[in-house]
Amino acid sequence: MKAQPKQSSSNKPAGGALTPARQRELFVHMLRIRCLDERMLKLQRAGRIGFVGTAKGLEAALVGPACALEAQDWLWSGLREGGAALARGMPLGDYIAQMYCNSNDSAKGRQMCNHFQHKGTHYPSWSSVIGTQIPHGVGAAYAAKLHGKDEVHSIHFGDGATSSNGFHSGMNFAAVWKAPCVFVCVDNGWAISVPSSAQTAAKSYADKAAAYGMPGEDVDGNDVLAVQAAVSKAVERARSGKGPSLVVLKTYRMLGHSSSDDPTKYRDAKEVAYWEGRDPIEGFEKQLVAAKILAKGERAKLEAQLYAEIDAEIHKQEAAPKMPLKTLVEDVYAEVPLHLRKQYNQFIAIAERLGEATPGDGAFPL
Amino acid sequence: MANLTLIQAVNDGLRTAMRDDKNVLVFGEDVGPKGGVFLATEGLTKEFGEERCFDTPLSEDGIVGAAIGMALNGLKPVAEIQFQDFIFPAFDQIVSEAAKFRYRSGGQYTVPMVIRTPYGGGIRGGLYHSQSGEAYFCHTPGLKVVIPSTPHDAKGLLLAAINDPDPVLFLEPKALYRAVKGEVPEGKYTVDLSTLRTVREGANVTVFCYGAMVPVCQKAADKAAEKGVECLVVDLRTLLPLDEEGVLDAAKRTGRVVVVHEAPRFCGYGGEISALIAENCIEYMEAPIVRVTGFDTPFPNTLEHHYMPDERRVLDAIERVASW
Ligand SMILES: Cc1ncc(C[n+]2csc(CCOP(=O)(O)OP(=O)(O)O)c2C)c(N)n1
Ligand SMILES: [Mg+2]
Repeated sequence: MKAQPKQSSSNKPAGGALTPARQRELFVHMLRIRCLDERMLKLQRAGRIGFVGTAKGLEAALVGPACALEAQDWLWSGLREGGAALARGMPLGDYIAQMYCNSNDSAKGRQMCNHFQHKGTHYPSWSSVIGTQIPHGVGAAYAAKLHGKDEVHSIHFGDGATSSNGFHSGMNFAAVWKAPCVFVCVDNGWAISVPSSAQTAAKSYADKAAAYGMPGEDVDGNDVLAVQAAVSKAVERARSGKGPSLVVLKTYRMLGHSSSDDPTKYRDAKEVAYWEGRDPIEGFEKQLVAAKILAKGERAKLEAQLYAEIDAEIHKQEAAPKMPLKTLVEDVYAEVPLHLRKQYNQFIAIAERLGEATPGDGAFPL
Repeated sequence: MANLTLIQAVNDGLRTAMRDDKNVLVFGEDVGPKGGVFLATEGLTKEFGEERCFDTPLSEDGIVGAAIGMALNGLKPVAEIQFQDFIFPAFDQIVSEAAKFRYRSGGQYTVPMVIRTPYGGGIRGGLYHSQSGEAYFCHTPGLKVVIPSTPHDAKGLLLAAINDPDPVLFLEPKALYRAVKGEVPEGKYTVDLSTLRTVREGANVTVFCYGAMVPVCQKAADKAAEKGVECLVVDLRTLLPLDEEGVLDAAKRTGRVVVVHEAPRFCGYGGEISALIAENCIEYMEAPIVRVTGFDTPFPNTLEHHYMPDERRVLDAIERVASW
């Protein structure tokens, strides 16, 4: 599978602003995420894939941080960071294979949809258990520090995750250890049906940083350049040995929690309309057109190209070979132990005598 | 009588308990206006207000820890953990605190509370939305562990659990939430904890099961009957404390035993049933006791239907035991 075009320029802000070419790249990364979501939702409705945790509205909050990191840095993800991985070079085919959970998927179809990984760009998969990746990122950052590696760990999580045990331990350890990491809280307003106002009594999640002894900053999460600049600053701080910081990206989850959630049950249409008016892609498009970095109407052309790339990859993934049954017992340990080999052999003997198991029709509820 | 799905019966049970006793509270993640991700708590906030059915911040540790405090001080919390897979942040509160308060206080402080949570596979949820963790909790003295498999039992056992003076973990087989329907009495009734249910009579092989494996075993028993093997199918429905006499009696009646669960085999609940029978009535056994279980692996996603015991695998075990 072909990798995405490599980052063309360093993220170190040279005199602050990103070059026009780099800004265009950011825009294309954001558009790609929007187009992918659209296609994935279609596939989900058609029953081709099981679940989509969309990123609509969060494109700036994904692409900004991704484009503030260097190639050797790591990105620790939650449910919606797949687009950030793409922006850092995860191949599109890997993304779509993971959504199909098919035999091309590098995790052998074991994880649910939307649980991406890509070792080449230092992107471990998330377990599903909210907040657990936070201390992982801190420990990995500590390891980098001990080894004297020039490596920053960007740790991403949602507003809901700030209530998890992992958030508390991770923030505390990182500050005590001055670990080279950055905490990126994507405050998209909602944790499934629970609004940020019911998640914390603090005015902002950024206020929490003070209690751990690190800087915390609120950033407009729909302004990709502001996000990129803020995360770059935090990354530089971590890289220069000054320790971690918390960056809170204020944004909005435009769709349901996932493809099977109906948000009209619990949130106000007016709130959604307000954020529709602050769409991160439209905002950036206007800026780029005004700066003559993008021509009027160019977005449609770019979208057509992206859809063509995505559709070609979807066709490839539709043709993936069947998942080998032996993957059932692989990767539990470095070697398949004897008891598992016996369980597997018995399972195959039953399949030979009574036929193979048939898939059920259970669907994911949220 | 109403004809309800299992999830509707849970909802009806919660509603009945809340109408009956204003100290009963329901809380957890997304249980309020959304009504729970599986809709177990639909309409409860509307009927009982935000003080009695509400959303919490995203912390299972907080949910269970706070429930313990509420129970210690006169309330009857019924906490929801969204998926059993996410109960582990609360493991400490359940195992170290809820299960041991009575004992460590010489009976002075008690924790009458219920933790409801959906468990098991069948919804393509992968490793973290499919697990069957009952064995971890059955290894915890002081806790009760209940798993219904029919709408009637879901409501009756839930009401018994809410009435119970001790902490009860109420595991709901999510694969059956909408897959089974049945008659459910209106209003209040209970099904006694620690009693098993005979699902089907048969003289040749006894099949022990619970939760989502009950309908699977019923189907396998029907298939076996076509081949002349009659199975006694037993739904254990309370795993802790277990109806030991009932289990031994059912085992002795056929002398041939199959135990079925979805959870991994090693140190699984089936091992306990096998040992109980081996220790107490091995002389009645005419064949080895056979377990049909999930693999000793994490729960897969794409291959989940191969992982979960199905009719074929149960039938295979029944035939092996019957023809021994
Ligand atoms: C420990 C744990 N509890 C509950 C869940 C179920 N769950 C999945 S996503 C989610 C909300 C997450 O909200 P947030 O952290 O804001 O991330 P977002 O979905 O908004 O990206 C919940 C409660 C879970 N995955 N893990
Ligand atoms: Mg959120």
